Amino acid sequence: MNLTLKVWRQNGPTDPGHFETYEASDVKDEMSFLEMLDVVNENLIADGHEPITFDSDCREGICGTCGLMINGQAHGPQKGTATCQLHMRKFHDGETVTIEPWRAAAFPVLKDLMVDRSAFDAIIESGGFITSDTGGPRDANEILIPKTAADTAMDAAACIGCGACVAACPNGAAQLFTSAKLAHLNLLPQGQSERWKRTEDMVETMEMFFGSCTNYGECQEACPKEIPIDFIAMMNRDFLKSKIKNRKLQGQR
Amino acid sequence: MSTITLDSKIPSGPIEERWENHKFNMKLVNPANKRKFTVLVVGTGLAGAAAAATLAELGYHVKCFTFHDSPRRAHSIAAQGGINAAKNYKNDGDSVKRLFYDTVKGGDFRARESNVHRLAEVSVNIIDQCVAQGVPFAREYGGLLDNRSFGGSQVSRTFYARGQTGQQLLLGAYQALMQQVSLGRVELHTKTELLDVVTKDGVAAGIVTRDLITGDIKSWAGHATLLCTGGYGNAFYLSTNAMNSNVTAAWRAHKKGALFANPCYTQIHPTCIPASDEFQSKLTLMSESLRNDGRIWVPKQFDDNRAPENIPEEDRDYFLERKYPSFGNLAPRDIASRSAKQVVDEGRGVGPIKNGVYLDFAESIGRLGENVVFERYGNLFDMYERITDENPMKMPMRIYPASHYTMGGLWVDYNLMTNIPGLYALGEANFSDHGANRLGASALMQGLADGYFVAPNTIGDYLAGLLGQAPLSTEDPAFTTSVAAVQDDMRRWINVGGTKSPEYYHRELGKLVWDYCGMARDKNGLEKALSEIPALREEFEKNVRVLGDPDGVNQSLEKVGRVADFFELGELMCRDALMREESCGGHFRVEHQTEDGEAKRDDENFSFVGAWEWEGKGSTPTLHKEPLVFETVKPVVRSYK
Repeated sequence: MNLTLKVWRQNGPTDPGHFETYEASDVKDEMSFLEMLDVVNENLIADGHEPITFDSDCREGICGTCGLMINGQAHGPQKGTATCQLHMRKFHDGETVTIEPWRAAAFPVLKDLMVDRSAFDAIIESGGFITSDTGGPRDANEILIPKTAADTAMDAAACIGCGACVAACPNGAAQLFTSAKLAHLNLLPQGQSERWKRTEDMVETMEMFFGSCTNYGECQEACPKEIPIDFIAMMNRDFLKSKIKNRKLQGQR
Repeated sequence: MSTITLDSKIPSGPIEERWENHKFNMKLVNPANKRKFTVLVVGTGLAGAAAAATLAELGYHVKCFTFHDSPRRAHSIAAQGGINAAKNYKNDGDSVKRLFYDTVKGGDFRARESNVHRLAEVSVNIIDQCVAQGVPFAREYGGLLDNRSFGGSQVSRTFYARGQTGQQLLLGAYQALMQQVSLGRVELHTKTELLDVVTKDGVAAGIVTRDLITGDIKSWAGHATLLCTGGYGNAFYLSTNAMNSNVTAAWRAHKKGALFANPCYTQIHPTCIPASDEFQSKLTLMSESLRNDGRIWVPKQFDDNRAPENIPEEDRDYFLERKYPSFGNLAPRDIASRSAKQVVDEGRGVGPIKNGVYLDFAESIGRLGENVVFERYGNLFDMYERITDENPMKMPMRIYPASHYTMGGLWVDYNLMTNIPGLYALGEANFSDHGANRLGASALMQGLADGYFVAPNTIGDYLAGLLGQAPLSTEDPAFTTSVAAVQDDMRRWINVGGTKSPEYYHRELGKLVWDYCGMARDKNGLEKALSEIPALREEFEKNVRVLGDPDGVNQSLEKVGRVADFFELGELMCRDALMREESCGGHFRVEHQTEDGEAKRDDENFSFVGAWEWEGKGSTPTLHKEPLVFETVKPVVRSYK
């Protein structure tokens, strides 16, 4: 098939950026979306033009490095699928495909389709862990965890940190990302002693970088791991509780 | 000539007591002094993130570097199956001794006994540590941890988190690391790639890096440097490794004097989705567990173009069942891979470009019903369908072997230190624990063992001797000449002004390495490769095209240096494979097989680690041999008939 690509080109964070149009010819059904871009880039290099910058690594949908807005949809048209696992058979001959970077105030564009997602790391840094220095923890089986709790924690922990939820959100909010990590850790017995501090710290750090949630639900539609917004409800409940629990523990703040 | 003598520093005494005794005998650094030491950790996969977090918890000042945008992205994340540990929770006869034995045998008796025993010992601590961190391992209804069994062992000792064990373990280590970042004990540098290892008077002094966003070339000094930078499977171009996985850190260390051991030990995984066309950028693994219920076959006739459902039973060749009646479709990785290659080379491959074999579930569906089969493998079938647009419930899967893991790597002693004092290698980047073949679910185990429990203990012994010494100044000529050389390199690549991209040359190199140093190797092919690879490299150096600027984001510039290193490594892989006149584990020399096509090891002449010393560009490297001594496990022939 032959496609017309409208690709966002931006030479650095301060450049205003613009769309360039490229023809992608002889695209095969079995190519992945990123392989299609690889070929476009090879042709650009052959013609003496700088290739399009985009991020990708594992190309198995698990590392969370890739992520493109394809025709206005984060990770493109296929549900539950990261950009690297999207294949060209989802497109048809003659189609015009618009390719943009994640658009969010918290994710500044570094170059072309590559953005800076370090705000996610800042959220984890503020509390997304269970303190347990390497050393002599008790035997793993001394902590009994009901299967349902372990399974739900795992559902939340499946987040790959790609940023599609933020990109899809009209407010550029990171509630789905933050709540997934909070649910993972807050549901487990090991995570209880830091639960309230973790919740308050992570939510407040999130709000330093990202917009507010107004329940559009676009995030769960875009999530390549199909993480549900139920976790956001849980986070909101824990956040409210944390305001009281933390006061009790630490005195008036 | 070189003056290197390999001292593995293996402790003496009974094997069960060596690690304990060694920990007691090593020097310690007192808590107040630890903060006076700066340790550089390069790479944030399982080994790197675990080591950086643990060293910081101990009180060392850690500087941590990754070329990813976040320490959560390294390719450890893609490991599916699980992690082994000798917990014996299932009461099925497992023990440290059995895990040790299985790993030494699985490695085809080409690993160091003492290292493997230590690995088995600390495996139990890893599970405790990970559970304490909140890794959501699979549980039984009673709340206890669940286990599954894996290839190469007869017990259930594999812990798992759905099909995403690597992801969950890496996130655990990443979170521990980010906590240390928040406490100010780790200085984290993302999008920062190592481009040189700096030594002064033969001792590791630090590293030189490039900031992948600004293009800045910078020096970093430390009392010790840990390379946790993964394997070199992308030398084949097509592999299950991530796009950016590369050998550059290990290779630049090698060029500064670190020995590179057993480069020819590479693992080819039998069940990957075959390449679909020449644009393929990487290959995707399908879990080995599929072979429990799938039957592998190809048509008996050459160039049989009928659809699989139209090929009657009598025209099918279930080649693994035919050749290995007792193990059948569950023959070990190396054997299953070689058999598939054989039938495809004969011209009996299947699929649009005849480069695969069938993995057929029809018989299982008939026996177990659609529901049971889909419940077991549904998530894998979905992933397969997403990539190929074919439904394995309706027609057989197509699979073919692909490069997956590399057992070789930087030579290290028992302390995980390379032959350069102060320079360590952890995880897949070193050579030490898997011999010539790695068992499933052991890579995660080794990465975390090295990072959480081994290096943080052994590093104190080295640092204790440096008390009172500041790290080398980054103004020292050792650093400034290295920075200048790296900057020259950047300009040189951009100034070549050739016609073909770095990607093109990587692909061409990969074809050579795969054809001559892949699943089956022989003298003629390897000799051919040793003339063709340097010829292609010369063309690459004269004709590569790197556009853009060295200052700022430039992915072609990142790539070209990595490809240059793969050229030199590819040559060394072939040289090592040519030297090793035997077949063992993942290294199969066609000349060295039994009458029925099995690998023939030569313990009398090749029971050693082959560690290569760089002698300069264009010069033949020097081989150093570390003899392998088997005091506990007696080498036997692996047979799967």
